[in-house]
Amino acid sequence: MVAVHSRFDRLVSPTLSRHLLLALGAAVVLLLLSAQIGAYDNYNLTAVAIFAVAAAGLNLLTGLNGQLSLGHGALMAVGAYSASLVLKDHRQLPVIVVLLVSVLSSGIIGVVFGYAAARLRGPYLAGATLTLAVALPQVAIRYKSIFGGESGLTMPPSAPPAWLGADFPPERWLAWIALAAAVVTMVLLANLLRSAPGRAFKAVRDNETAAALAGIDVARTQVLAFVISAACAGLAGALLAYWSGITAPGGFTLALSLQLITAIVIGGLGSLAGAVWGSLVLVFVPLLTSGMASTLNLPSAVANNLPLAIYGGILVIAMLVAPHGIQGALRRIVAIGRARWGHMPGGGQKGVVDWDDSAPDT
Amino acid sequence: MKRIRGIAIVCLAGLLAACGTSGSSDSGSNTASAPGITATTITIGSTQPLTGRAAPGYSEISASSNAYFRHVNDHGGIFGRKITYYYYDDGYNPTNTASLTRKLILEDKVFALFSALGTPTHQAVVDYINSQKVPDLFVSSGCNCWNDVSNHPYTFGWQPDYTIEGKVLGQYIQQNLGGKKVGYFFQNDEFGLDGVKGLDAQLGASSVPDASRQNYVPTNTNVGPQIAALQASGAQVVVSFSIPAFTALGLLAAAKIGYHPVWVVSNVGSDVTTLTGLLKSFSKGAAGGQLLAGMVTDTYLPLPGDSSNPWISLFKGIHDKYVSTLPWDGNVLYGMAQAYTFVQAFKAAGRNPTRASFVKALETTKLSGGPGLAPFGFSSSNHLGYLGVQVATIAADGTQTTIGPVYMSSDSGPISQYSGSASSPPANGIP
Repeated sequence: MVAVHSRFDRLVSPTLSRHLLLALGAAVVLLLLSAQIGAYDNYNLTAVAIFAVAAAGLNLLTGLNGQLSLGHGALMAVGAYSASLVLKDHRQLPVIVVLLVSVLSSGIIGVVFGYAAARLRGPYLAGATLTLAVALPQVAIRYKSIFGGESGLTMPPSAPPAWLGADFPPERWLAWIALAAAVVTMVLLANLLRSAPGRAFKAVRDNETAAALAGIDVARTQVLAFVISAACAGLAGALLAYWSGITAPGGFTLALSLQLITAIVIGGLGSLAGAVWGSLVLVFVPLLTSGMASTLNLPSAVANNLPLAIYGGILVIAMLVAPHGIQGALRRIVAIGRARWGHMPGGGQKGVVDWDDSAPDT
Repeated sequence: MKRIRGIAIVCLAGLLAACGTSGSSDSGSNTASAPGITATTITIGSTQPLTGRAAPGYSEISASSNAYFRHVNDHGGIFGRKITYYYYDDGYNPTNTASLTRKLILEDKVFALFSALGTPTHQAVVDYINSQKVPDLFVSSGCNCWNDVSNHPYTFGWQPDYTIEGKVLGQYIQQNLGGKKVGYFFQNDEFGLDGVKGLDAQLGASSVPDASRQNYVPTNTNVGPQIAALQASGAQVVVSFSIPAFTALGLLAAAKIGYHPVWVVSNVGSDVTTLTGLLKSFSKGAAGGQLLAGMVTDTYLPLPGDSSNPWISLFKGIHDKYVSTLPWDGNVLYGMAQAYTFVQAFKAAGRNPTRASFVKALETTKLSGGPGLAPFGFSSSNHLGYLGVQVATIAADGTQTTIGPVYMSSDSGPISQYSGSASSPPANGIP
């Protein structure tokens, strides 16, 4: 009995099995949730999953590897345009193939850009990635015959497979695709963070010289982080194209890159769960305020700008109240609870609820 | 509490009065005949650029439509139903348009989309709206792409399409500015390209060399190089298919290099009030409305400054009562005139329409043009809105004057003169 158990341990490490178990649980819960809610809620759930994929990738780069990118919106554009372009000539391609093409193409851009990024630090890196965000949409406008110019390329919807029945809502099908992509991404990233490359990411973030002395190839580590992060952005971009039905430069402005940074800062830098919290904020807060322009009886100059002002205000308050983001605040609440009741969750086994790396200290 | 009860009684009285007068042709009681229609309400929705680069001017349109709807509601509504109008800010970003349109259809369950603004933005959702079989009424864009009955049977345009505008402006240039070298300045999307198509059809594509065809994209506000290229090409007349912000940028760039061609600007980019404000703010007060002197444009509605026109006094009155914080300009007029057309269409569809019967009624009923200078083109094979425009000029003090008759055309047909006379508004201003 003992021998069987240890062999199983060697095949599947406790970290991997824990992550798989958690992912399975999450998948079941999300599937049940998606089956219960209506078409529009599924549509929003899809958006959360999409932003979670992109934000998780960015959090790996920024929160865990210390490289700031203002160009992730453009990397999402690479994924979205790849998806729209392969579907233009081959409309029947299965979703999984389209998504893989997008991951691959944005990964390749990530390699090229990662090499440049690895030589740059701080504001210079931010500036270089900023050019990506500003320049890439212009390429789509310049080469109109390929990328469709300002109007962009339409994205044929992914119809639910026949075995789900004729009445299956397309919104729920898309939600399943996006949620599956998000869960798979999270598992892969969580495992990566628990492995040697993940530890190398953090070592490079904390002290490049010390990491180099410990035998870590700093530049290679940074390029790897950039590539993985870009691949996540590409996946999210392709999903976004399915979600919106259109790939146009107007959808991938600098504002999108800044939104992703907002998501990881509000959610919690350096944590995968933080990416999910941030995506929830990104999707739902604007929806709460979007109706104000037409329903409040205010002068339109005020009413039109109120949703943006409120959104900005919420972000400011969130940063003041929870400087480590939502995930940081939750950890703090748990820590206070522990101190007060002298009780360790998970029977005192450290790591059972520790799905993520802790937030970097300031 | 007492006040609320008082309001309720007044509303009820208004409702009863409305039923008493309008029920004669279409008797029966109100039922919830379609999504977004209840016995007492009609809910419609829109996506609009309330903020961002397309907001100057255009952000006034939806609030003005809403003002007209409030006017109708205060006079008993349509068949006793009050109109609820939701409009959301998409910032002229097609991705936002896609998600907000789903919010309107799936969450708010609107009966119809109304006045959704923008060519690239609305192209992102037109397939989806039609797949949901939701009426997509009076898109705020003159792209002739909305007139595609076989693929988009639920979508209807409203303003004259840009190709018709291009043809009529081209004809004006031939007749009044003959012999001068012509150049184009246009937005590089369906909007600008449709306009150029009309201009080329009229002027002949070969008469305007490539060097005199300069375009801009709305994401890049530096239009200096294009304007300099137009100057270098020797163009003496510049026809501009541009949104207001880029008309203003073009005028300023030209003034800066001492280039003074005759500007011919299509309707959507030529609103005097909007342009004057933009010119002042972009130049930090150094320039203003004087740059508009001599500009040629076109219109399909009466001019906002024509206070003797009964439609203008009607809509100006509603403006003063409900949205007096907005400037009285062409955008306000646009939003109100569109809302008027919606009420006309709903009346034509009868007391308890379904989405399909509403569209059918719009195709088969001959709607009067209302405030418009030309009639509508709606039929089972044509979803074009107004079919004609009249050329106008702008004087140094900003007053506009129409010149010549109203001309009608279609994308491929010849230009003809419209001989019908202008209509006058009904009592209360409600069709």
